[in-house]
Amino acid sequence: MSKRIEAKDVNVYYGSFLAVEGVNIEIEPRTVTAFIGPSGCGKTTFLRTINRMHEVIPGAYVKGSILLDNDDIYGAGVDPVNVRGLVGMVFQRPNPFPTMSIRDNVLAGYKINGKRLGKSDADDLVEKSLTGANLWNEVKDRLDRPGSGLSGGQQQRLCIARTIAVHPEVILMDEPCSALDPISTLAIEDLIEELKEQYTVVIVTHNMQQAARVSDRTGFFNIAGTGKPGHLIEYDDTEKIFSNPSNKQTEDYVSGRFG
Amino acid sequence: MSTATEVEPSTPQGGRVLKNSLTAGQLPSWARWASIGGSLVLSAIILLIAGWSWAGWIVLAAVLYLISYTVWTYVVEGARHGQDALWSSLVWLAFLVALVPLVSIIWTVISVGGPTLVHPGFLTSSMDGITGVQDRATMNEGAPLAGGIVHALVGSLMITLMATIISVPIGLLTSIWLVEYAHGGWFSRTIVFLVDVMTGIPSIVAGLFAAGIMMTFFEWGNGGVSGGQQIMGFTAALALSVLMIPVVVRATEEMLRVVPNELREASYALGIRKWRTIFRVVIPTAISGITSGVTLAIARVVGETAPILVTAGVASSVNWNLFNGWMMTLPVYIYRQLMEPTAPASPDPSTARAWGAALMLIIVVMLLNLLARLIAARFSPKTSGR
Repeated sequence: MSKRIEAKDVNVYYGSFLAVEGVNIEIEPRTVTAFIGPSGCGKTTFLRTINRMHEVIPGAYVKGSILLDNDDIYGAGVDPVNVRGLVGMVFQRPNPFPTMSIRDNVLAGYKINGKRLGKSDADDLVEKSLTGANLWNEVKDRLDRPGSGLSGGQQQRLCIARTIAVHPEVILMDEPCSALDPISTLAIEDLIEELKEQYTVVIVTHNMQQAARVSDRTGFFNIAGTGKPGHLIEYDDTEKIFSNPSNKQTEDYVSGRFG
Repeated sequence: MSTATEVEPSTPQGGRVLKNSLTAGQLPSWARWASIGGSLVLSAIILLIAGWSWAGWIVLAAVLYLISYTVWTYVVEGARHGQDALWSSLVWLAFLVALVPLVSIIWTVISVGGPTLVHPGFLTSSMDGITGVQDRATMNEGAPLAGGIVHALVGSLMITLMATIISVPIGLLTSIWLVEYAHGGWFSRTIVFLVDVMTGIPSIVAGLFAAGIMMTFFEWGNGGVSGGQQIMGFTAALALSVLMIPVVVRATEEMLRVVPNELREASYALGIRKWRTIFRVVIPTAISGITSGVTLAIARVVGETAPILVTAGVASSVNWNLFNGWMMTLPVYIYRQLMEPTAPASPDPSTARAWGAALMLIIVVMLLNLLARLIAARFSPKTSGR
């Protein structure tokens, strides 16, 4: 499991507005890649193109191609639903399904899709996914309680468990810790370290320390001004980005001299 | 009236508000009740001199209370508190005034209709075979009240059930399309406009529409003669659907719109198809609101009289068949018993039956509301357990 991602000349539009322009990037399997940059620079927008979630917004579309192990997810006849099965996503705010129990939340990808699962298979999957999300010990005695009754950090880990339960190749995370306290953040960061062993992880974050802590490679996005499209300014090893970036804009941003 | 400079030392005294610099210059807690009591007494004295009337007593007392309490607060606590006293008293009075008709209706219907409703046989017999002979016997010779409402109850339930079966899928699917699929194009705006227009259709027009449609249908089937076959429960259900659908659409639409987009995206991100997302994530999240919307729609149509009169006619015996024969419903039953008593010369038994049926109608609506609440509580998002 885990696939290589390659974006070629990706332009992302909201209607006629060009939001992100000319992104070329190669993301290796079993790595953690962080996207950093100021608000509105298009890092989340670009992230959402990797599992075709961008086009859920009315009028939004993408030009260019994104390859998952040489298969273009924007190729003709590609079903976005299948792409999303391969590329899971964790959102900024924890969003467990409020009508479902913890167990049903983990199984949501199967149950809602109408796939039948034996009782013992389902139990195994729930335990495996929750263990994979470092949540099993905290919730194993209350799997039938509502998922919305957990704390924010636990809810976010429940969402991660729900995502890994459907066995994706890639996991995208859109500022997964921005709504969490430092302890929950640490739990998620530890989890990202572990997820890297099996999945390709791409994370958007506003927290540069977090990017430095968890990621192997870092991409810096920036915009020239309001209304202008965002660009991928620099993409390199995390260590290099934070110690010796080759671009002036990146240096200004990571050293805090940015506007 | 004490000023802040001269305050009694604050000593704890069981239950009473402590006198200290923060509570100085306030009315004692019994001031409101004293004002109410004083107003009632004063109003009674004035009216005993001027001529007694119960309504006058209450109204005068309310006015006196409003004046006395406001002025008292104004003098003791200042202008801001005085205004507050005036407006909060007005709000409370408005609330009480709004309660008057509600309580009055419920009280009247229960006290007048109650004895009839619990009369043996009233809920189990129809008006089949009941003529003026029995009613005259009831009125003049003290015989027990004959006849009942079972046929009207059956008709009301069957017709409303059928109307619900027709309108809920149509209304639900329409609102799903409006919220999930239409992105504010001209077509969806037209639909919304038409639904709004439909909300305002007078019910008799809906009845005529359904009667006309079914008459045309039977004429077309029988070579130009409808033969009165269109008068049946189903035609009435059709008329009620015309009234129900817009209510269901608007209520459901509002509920679907407030489902957070995050939940839809969470579902899409798991590789779940859109229609499964709608039916397994969006609707369950909104189900409690949808249920109460549907119940409101049912409650609106279950009391309709005119459209049923012109579509299902009237009947005196039980008819379970929606597709054949005339049917009675509770509102039409009430109307008929009052306007055309079974024994025109001795209308009292008919009037009693009408009140009993009215009480039954209210009970049906209340049971529907209760049912909706139970369903909503059963399905609504579970938030407990934190």
